[in-house]
Amino acid sequence: MSDKEKKELEVSRKKQIDQSAGEPTRQGVYFVPDVDILESDEAITLYADLPGVKPENLDVDVREGVLTLTATIEPPAEKQKLIHREYDLGGYQRSFTLGERIDVERINASFKNGVLTLTLPKQERHKPRKIKISS
Amino acid sequence: MFRKNWLDEMFERMERMQREIERAFSPLRPLGEWGVFPPINIYDDGESYIARAELPGVDPNHIEITVAGNSLTISGRRELEKLPEGAAWHRRERQGGEFRRAFTLPDAVDSSKVVASSKNGVLEIVLPRAEQAKMKKIPVKSA
Repeated sequence: MSDKEKKELEVSRKKQIDQSAGEPTRQGVYFVPDVDILESDEAITLYADLPGVKPENLDVDVREGVLTLTATIEPPAEKQKLIHREYDLGGYQRSFTLGERIDVERINASFKNGVLTLTLPKQERHKPRKIKISS
Repeated sequence: MFRKNWLDEMFERMERMQREIERAFSPLRPLGEWGVFPPINIYDDGESYIARAELPGVDPNHIEITVAGNSLTISGRRELEKLPEGAAWHRRERQGGEFRRAFTLPDAVDSSKVVASSKNGVLEIVLPRAEQAKMKKIPVKSA
């Protein structure tokens, strides 16, 4: 375990989407989920933190080179009185422009412990190819 | 295009202010600063306290919960995905590492009846009030 991994965890406050800045698309509070994105020769992989989201309330959409994640959550039971608040409840929404050509048919999504893992395979012709030079 | 009018904006600002005040005067002082991981909300349904923590990507087996009297401690470790060989990060917004939070609840809880569960990255701990904490009203007999 390196020192970097050992560091104390600190988390920034959830970033709320300011709908006054643009056209409000839906009702309620939405947050921008934190993501990690990595790229290999074959694919782009995205991890998104979506705590409290049920898999059936999660929507992944790819069209015209834009990937959009949208998720809604269900409110807690009425008779529970909030006595201490450190986070706000709301849905999640975020869009990404895909620079690479993605093989939409082979996109793979999985959801575990509130984390969405998306694998976006690159189209064959965009994979880097080593060209052998014959002597 | 819809534009929010000034009244909506004012209400939003007031709500935000109210939240800040709520935080400052919360009966449950967390030990430590705001903005630490994981963020925790605590509810009261009359019978029990219900603590919920947003812990996306944390294996439930890596969470430790300790309850004694009216104190609650949650600690553990968040492991993030490793970078496969030949791949490169484009964006890193999520953080991994060790965490620890401690709270003092307003009433003592029955530690033998505490139940914790984890679902979709949210840890839920139900802490029933201790019997002696429930018996608050003592009728006064008239002579």
